[in-house]
Amino acid sequence: MSKPLLQVKGLKKYFDINGGILSRKVGEVKAVDDVSFDVYEGEVLGIVGESGCGKSTTGKTLLRLIDPTEGQVIFDGEDITTLDEEGMRKRRRDMQIIFQDPYASLNPRHKVEKILSEPLLIHGIGTKEERKKKVKEILEIVGLPGDHASRYPHQFSGGQRQRIGIARALIVNPKLIVCDEPVSALDVSIQSQILNLMEDLQEEFGLTYVFIAHDLSVVKHISDRVGVMYLGRMVELADNEDLYADPLHPYTRSLLSSVPNPDPDVKHERIILEGDVPSPSNPPSGCAFHTRCPECMAICKEVRPEFREVKDNHFVACHLYNDDETR
Amino acid sequence: MTKPVLEINNLQTHFFTDRGEIPAVDDVSFSINAGEVLGIVGESGCGKSVTSLSVMGLVPNPPGKIVGGEILFRRQEGRDKAEDLVKVSRKRLRAIRGDQIAMIFQEPMTSLDPLFTIGHQIIEAVRNHRKVTKKQARAKAVEMLKLVGIPRAEEIVDEYPHQLSGGMRQRVMIAIAMSCDPEVLIADEPTTALDVTIQAQILELMKDLNRKKGTAIMMITHDLGVVAEICDRVVVMYAGKIVEEGDVRTILKSPKHPYTQGLIRSLPKMSNRDSRLYSIPGNVPKPGSIKQGCRFAARCPEVFDRCTQENPELLNLGEGHGCRCFLYEKEGKIVNV
Repeated sequence: MSKPLLQVKGLKKYFDINGGILSRKVGEVKAVDDVSFDVYEGEVLGIVGESGCGKSTTGKTLLRLIDPTEGQVIFDGEDITTLDEEGMRKRRRDMQIIFQDPYASLNPRHKVEKILSEPLLIHGIGTKEERKKKVKEILEIVGLPGDHASRYPHQFSGGQRQRIGIARALIVNPKLIVCDEPVSALDVSIQSQILNLMEDLQEEFGLTYVFIAHDLSVVKHISDRVGVMYLGRMVELADNEDLYADPLHPYTRSLLSSVPNPDPDVKHERIILEGDVPSPSNPPSGCAFHTRCPECMAICKEVRPEFREVKDNHFVACHLYNDDETR
Repeated sequence: MTKPVLEINNLQTHFFTDRGEIPAVDDVSFSINAGEVLGIVGESGCGKSVTSLSVMGLVPNPPGKIVGGEILFRRQEGRDKAEDLVKVSRKRLRAIRGDQIAMIFQEPMTSLDPLFTIGHQIIEAVRNHRKVTKKQARAKAVEMLKLVGIPRAEEIVDEYPHQLSGGMRQRVMIAIAMSCDPEVLIADEPTTALDVTIQAQILELMKDLNRKKGTAIMMITHDLGVVAEICDRVVVMYAGKIVEEGDVRTILKSPKHPYTQGLIRSLPKMSNRDSRLYSIPGNVPKPGSIKQGCRFAARCPEVFDRCTQENPELLNLGEGHGCRCFLYEKEGKIVNV
């Protein structure tokens, strides 16, 4: 396998909760709690999980749009958590992000041309004329007519706006793009257009994606490897085929079985979980999933399971697979 | 055969805006039988939500108005006598709404009042329609909360919506909707805002209520997975018109209309990983932007000259399978004449 482009080691992000008259710190939300993974060059790493599991926070800390509380993010051999603001800004030429909501992530007062040439301006790329040309080129690459550069965002549909969002990330020729739920606000018939576009671009420009989504079938479609998060922790990480065919963690199993299948002939056993996701400000002791786990054991309530490789390239954090340790 | 509990004939709901008159729902007809789960599927702006709001008499007026058609509602007792919900008085509609036809919405937080306790909101719904004391209504509220699977119902009844999670709030909405034993429950994207594991819980609950109480459900959704999970029959809408209808198997396994076919083919599959997804070219049209011909013509792979000039009729392909497409004119009979 190729070398890791991005290494995440022990990443933590705690948000303070302030309360009382003096708004002192009264607690913290452990949005991301000790997450480690590698992203290899040219691959698509999918991250799935339910709302509040910390997948978006993880994505944003990778680019330091949110500063991590602890841990290392090593991009191309350099620990970016130690960079100053100016250094980070330069680094972002290689790391870009696409956001979920194509309505909220484009400035409605700017023409597309301005939106797309801004990244070039920030990184000091090209002259005015060259930038203009580049904007036109990139619009055509993402499947929009080049003369649409003189339009405003409101003149586009949701799918077209997402294409502009992709163009904005792509225009500085990055190595890594973090895609934070890029298709979940789109209609089904548009979703497949955008997924195809993203795959084409990946091939053409040799991009690496970290693809964050809650839709398991979308992640299955686009990813090479998939990580599953629950309550700020990575519970399982494996090759796409392996994870969907042989999920090891009880949470992954129930998550996969909960997805409604549009094929009426596929009948499967559904594992319906009891209760709700606990609050990340007060996560359960031991394994965070033990309150809902159908296979909970005594040790799960006390000891947090280690995230370890139990099969080839298949990592899981669960005591069920720690036989040698418990005995 | 018994007559359907809800029968919608040639419904036309138009919006009068600065851009002119927009036919959001354009000549839509379908019916729901007692105890049946009917899915209404379509993408944004296809008119599925406006259809459901029309049934409830909740279309904001102005700018919206039902300009034609009828919505016939038949109660269990005296099913032969139908009431046209388009024509009944506001007072009568208020009596039916929430009692015999109830509705739940997509976002449970915005449909519950944050200032009142859960119990208060259920009691209000019950006492609006039934002559019961406050005490009886409260007992009913607790009973309903238990029915929808809320733990600690006796305590939750005195709590406020913000104290509950999204899944629990949606259960409360269902409890309110079911509190008067409606004959029809209209669910507008009830699980779209929820996580998959919670969605599975809510769908299970709705199936259970449908089986136990025989409540007919009109399920509005864009998710074909949800359709396969819960629906008996499906109506597919596109740009204000029904393009195809039939039982759930036919629609999902052997769809006829090019739009339905494209929609199903463009879904990423969980079972096998195709190298490339099929995609329908173009964009979802804005309501009212297509005036002539088949609404899908501009994006249809099978389009021919006639499609852009004439409106196709909904053809009957047998066994309740209808499809609005010229391709099947030889095999089908015209339904709407």
